[in-house]
Amino acid sequence: MVSVNELQSMYENMVTARHYEERLQEEYLEGKQPAFDISAGPIPGELHLAAGHEASGAGVCQHLRDDDTVTAPHRPHHIAIAKGVDLKRMTAEIFGRETGLSKGKGGHMHLFDPEVNFACSGIIAEGCPPAVGAGLAAKKRNTDSVAVAFLGEGAIDQGAFLESLNMASVQNLPVVFVVEDNDWAISMPKHRITDVANGARRADGFDMPGERVDADDAVAVYEAARAAVGRARDRNGPSLLEVQVHRRMGHFMGDPEGYRPDEDKAAAERRDSIERLEADLRGHDVDDETIDDLRDRAHERVEEAIEWAKDQPEPEPADAYEDVFVNPASGVTDSEPSVAETGGDD
Amino acid sequence: MATTTPDPAAVDSQTLTLVQAVREGLYTEMKRDDDVLILGEDVGDNDGVFRATEGLVDEFGSDRVMDTPLAESAIIGTSIGMAVRGFRPVPELQFMGFVYPAFDQLVNHAARFRTRSRGRFTCPLTVRVPYGGGIRAPEHHSESTEAFFAHQPGLKVVVPSTPYDAKGLLASAIEDPDPVVFLEPKLIYRSFKREVPDERYTVPIGEANVLREGSDVAVFTWGAMVRPTLEAAETLAEDGIDCHVVDVRSIYPLDEETIVDAFKRTGRGVVVHEAPQTGGMAAELTSTIQEEAVLYQKAPIKRITGYDTPFPLYALEDYYLPSAARIEHGIRETVEF
Repeated sequence: MVSVNELQSMYENMVTARHYEERLQEEYLEGKQPAFDISAGPIPGELHLAAGHEASGAGVCQHLRDDDTVTAPHRPHHIAIAKGVDLKRMTAEIFGRETGLSKGKGGHMHLFDPEVNFACSGIIAEGCPPAVGAGLAAKKRNTDSVAVAFLGEGAIDQGAFLESLNMASVQNLPVVFVVEDNDWAISMPKHRITDVANGARRADGFDMPGERVDADDAVAVYEAARAAVGRARDRNGPSLLEVQVHRRMGHFMGDPEGYRPDEDKAAAERRDSIERLEADLRGHDVDDETIDDLRDRAHERVEEAIEWAKDQPEPEPADAYEDVFVNPASGVTDSEPSVAETGGDD
Repeated sequence: MATTTPDPAAVDSQTLTLVQAVREGLYTEMKRDDDVLILGEDVGDNDGVFRATEGLVDEFGSDRVMDTPLAESAIIGTSIGMAVRGFRPVPELQFMGFVYPAFDQLVNHAARFRTRSRGRFTCPLTVRVPYGGGIRAPEHHSESTEAFFAHQPGLKVVVPSTPYDAKGLLASAIEDPDPVVFLEPKLIYRSFKREVPDERYTVPIGEANVLREGSDVAVFTWGAMVRPTLEAAETLAEDGIDCHVVDVRSIYPLDEETIVDAFKRTGRGVVVHEAPQTGGMAAELTSTIQEEAVLYQKAPIKRITGYDTPFPLYALEDYYLPSAARIEHGIRETVEF
């Protein structure tokens, strides 16, 4: 059974993740209204927020250590928070600042933190093969670390996912695949992309255990993940989990969701995993004061991270050449005017 | 080569943005030919992520505007099968950075059906891909990898820079008997409007477009780089530097005649593109000019391009993309050589 301490830890993670997305939403929309302009404001470009996905990240990562690998998709914030990625540096990365995890060159879909072995890919299902590789590396080094690949249910038709299931299975690797099913692949409802409602059944074709967690329930995810991560850690092979979550903020910020029935969104919002976990906490005799403290601490952490990040410098133009190869300035020709010499358009 | 296109001033027309012209082109081709159909992610009920297929599912139904699972390899592979069996599929890939799962299908299959079957099969496929930077998106939503495709024999590659060319080139691509990669510069999807004829017309593949006549230096570019290049040319004109600006438009096949002629009349050349310099199309244009017109050459041909780094995030984007200022600087250096 899950302990009260673990429930509290998951709750704090989930509240942090939810508040983080709500605050990023505010920051992101600054300057982009009334007419939506994707290139305006303190966070330009796309932003895929994970409000509604919290149970998945918290329930799975509760079982992970820093030396376990996680690969996350384009909607990564809640997973990064649950995995223990440095929140300040992650926020600076999202704001494109020099002190960000990737020196402000990656952005919100490209969060990388070697301290906790966390990586992302903005390309659908492409985190799966590297997770298999991390699993194979663990096996060859004879450590008991595991690898977890998160993906959305929209990604389950990609070859990269299916090829990875097979590779992990045939090599008997310590990998857990976690499909976050939020019902929508941008505009496509799940029933239009697959005839198999229970995605965990795909595990049968690869001779590995598959389990679907049907409710937005962090404790149920925790229990399913305990079995899957434990199996991986004990060197008994890979597993597939499909976890029901929900999408509260559109595919990306600015998505008008014209394709989505109002009642679908309303029903999804009623399945709030954070409220459910709060009820679980009370069921374990955790009092209001403790819950308020957890929530306040989470909010404070988010505010601190955002405030710090916005204060950070932007990268220097010459930094663009750093980290393309080990040696900087590869590919620069003498005839090319330096960026400093000619500057931008203005 | 003579152009077959109508004068927009002389026929019924409407004022459209580039993305609206793409939509108009799709509509026109689908009305004309029942075998033209669209496949892609969110192209139906969601009207396409950039609204390039707006209203088409209502007009033509979900049999011809097909929302697909999120699987680029399957989208392109399925399109190939339909093309070989007589359809004219126009699949959409949402961003250029999403092409790579489908790269195998494009390079290993679409491009080679004709050759492998010694002409007994053809693959009339038009792959639409929004491409390029400038909208503050991350690297895999901003890149410009036209050279990958131009390098593969069997694929044609075109890039419109105006609403007029978008509709006309799309018509040519769809009626072309071979696979065409149709790249849409998303930076200028909605930057400006131009007159686009209501009637069907084509802009031939393989024809460059001279946008500005000049005698001092020939400047070759395409896509979203056309506008800053023209801006630079205007500024330089004030200083008496007369630029001959060519919108290359057809990346493969190149319009060698127009390109070489432009160089011969000036003896100086500059190529501007968004893509990184090494292995980019500027090298191909340079080499083509060298082979055909070396004795006319008065200065080294200059490449003004993106840098050899993955496309950078927000803060550095303006430095990465050739700006009017950088283009002006480069042209000036070439003229003053």
